[in-house]
Amino acid sequence: MSVVDAASDLHRARIEEADRLERRQGWRRMMPDPWHFVLFPLSIVMVLPFAWMFVTSFMTDAEINQFPPAIVPHSLYLGGYQLVLGESDFPRWFLNTSFVAAVVVVSQLVMCSLAGYAFARIRFAGKRFILPLLLATALIPFQLTVIPTFLIFYKVHLINTLWSLIVPSLTSVFGIYLMSSFFQSFPKELEEAAQIDGCTRLGTFFRVVLPLARPALSALAIISFIYAWNDLFWPLIAITSTKLYTVQLGLTTFQGQHRTEWSAVMSGTVLSTAPVLLIFLIGQRRFVQALTGAVKG
Amino acid sequence: MAQAALSADNRAVERRRRLGDNLAGWGFAGPAILLILGLSFIPIGWSFLLSLTNSNLVSSGRFIGFDNYKALVHDPLLAKAFKNTVIFTALYLPAGLVGGLAVAMMLSRRIKMIGFYRTCFLVPFIAASAAEGLLMGFIFDPDFGIVNSVFQRVGIPRQGFIQSPGQALVVLAVVYFWTQFGFNVVIYMAALQEVPPDVIEAAEIDGASKWNVFRHVTLPTIRPVTYFLMVWGVIETFQFFDLVYTTTKGGPLNSTITLVLYIWELAFTFFTAGYGAAVAYVLFFASLFVIVVGLLYGRRRGLAV
Repeated sequence: MSVVDAASDLHRARIEEADRLERRQGWRRMMPDPWHFVLFPLSIVMVLPFAWMFVTSFMTDAEINQFPPAIVPHSLYLGGYQLVLGESDFPRWFLNTSFVAAVVVVSQLVMCSLAGYAFARIRFAGKRFILPLLLATALIPFQLTVIPTFLIFYKVHLINTLWSLIVPSLTSVFGIYLMSSFFQSFPKELEEAAQIDGCTRLGTFFRVVLPLARPALSALAIISFIYAWNDLFWPLIAITSTKLYTVQLGLTTFQGQHRTEWSAVMSGTVLSTAPVLLIFLIGQRRFVQALTGAVKG
Repeated sequence: MAQAALSADNRAVERRRRLGDNLAGWGFAGPAILLILGLSFIPIGWSFLLSLTNSNLVSSGRFIGFDNYKALVHDPLLAKAFKNTVIFTALYLPAGLVGGLAVAMMLSRRIKMIGFYRTCFLVPFIAASAAEGLLMGFIFDPDFGIVNSVFQRVGIPRQGFIQSPGQALVVLAVVYFWTQFGFNVVIYMAALQEVPPDVIEAAEIDGASKWNVFRHVTLPTIRPVTYFLMVWGVIETFQFFDLVYTTTKGGPLNSTITLVLYIWELAFTFFTAGYGAAVAYVLFFASLFVIVVGLLYGRRRGLAV
């Protein structure tokens, strides 16, 4: 014990001395950390393509097609946006995707928090067996199940409707896991108090538990929104009529139709990327917490 | 006598409580469980049955035994898709892990502007791969792309990029690195927070070099996360689709055809759903094999991943 104390005393003394040394060399603190010289250019490179996307969406095709292209547009050209918003089905695709994403988010919040709560708090038959089974399904690649999934939706006549996009995303293993680990870290006493006061389980859940689960719920909402908004593979298979396209699906047809009209294509990508970026910037902290929390757990 | 009645009473209460728990548990979790298991295990079985037929997607086809599996051994396009997927993973994954760890370590130095950096790195991860594919197809366009104009300005010959069979897969790996980088950084940053700072400090004070601290303290502590990112990376690269669909669609000359793109083509453009299902099964077992080997390797190193 005393040896440990002495060692930690020595340790502390060394740290203090190091601190003093650092304070004496105060000018060093004025210098930026040298790693900024790596990080700053790197972070600019990361977002530069998006800046270029934004700039070119305001360029005429002549400006884009000239070689080498102009870096700054000569004037604010809105033709690309006019074409996308006025002459294509893009506004409709935007509404379709918004509808799908909204239903998916609400349903994920309800179903995942209910299921997560059950797995965290309620002892029910089969729970120990079902939880690993659920987690195992996360390892199944969608490509393995996609053909029969298409056939199932085809048989129940939901193919080529927005519901075919909604139903598979109504709930998720990730969401259940996220909510369940949140509820596990949650003091039990509040719920017990509510139950003693005569609240039913459902009442306790909605009146006591859910209001306190706001951080986890907002993380889940952000992640499921981004996922629903960005998906391409399943909409590509499930939707065939142009009017029911999602934004991402519609964009891919832009490529062929407007091969030479880059300003229109770039306007489309700007408009399709804006909602996710906005939501991400608002909820970044929660997003990162959920991402890293799920991995660590 | 009184005690027996009490315990019988208790047992009744206990039984009622357990029934209530079961009802509540299944009521709360049942719909989600049924939906997830139903949309996983029914298609898995169905997929296998389908792989034993010559179904053309709309009609269920005829039972042909393992002919699909026999055929896929001699399918040159499948071999190509498999090879491309493996090369793509080999190009991306080591760079993704090393780069992610390096930047995560720079960011864990209590550096300023950490929020700004993290946001910049995460933006490509958040935006849709489809939109990013279009954007990158534009940026790497051999004729009008900004990269070639920059190359020309600094005296590098213009490249074919995604229209060149020799370069397309490499360009895609670079683009994929760009989209996944932020994820790797953020996960590694969280892992690095778990490295006990006093151990590092003690090692440093005792005269360990920075490299030795990294090699013997930091790396072993974050090894489970490295395994996680490796397994995750393999799963994701084996499912690589959106970017390749929006840039090259497998071309030029099938130089970027990947497993998932091939399955999609087989089932939904050539309508050979039975054969597509067989290929999907091969893909599944290939990625499962990598995951299991990774986990076993991790366990042999004494890790509970």
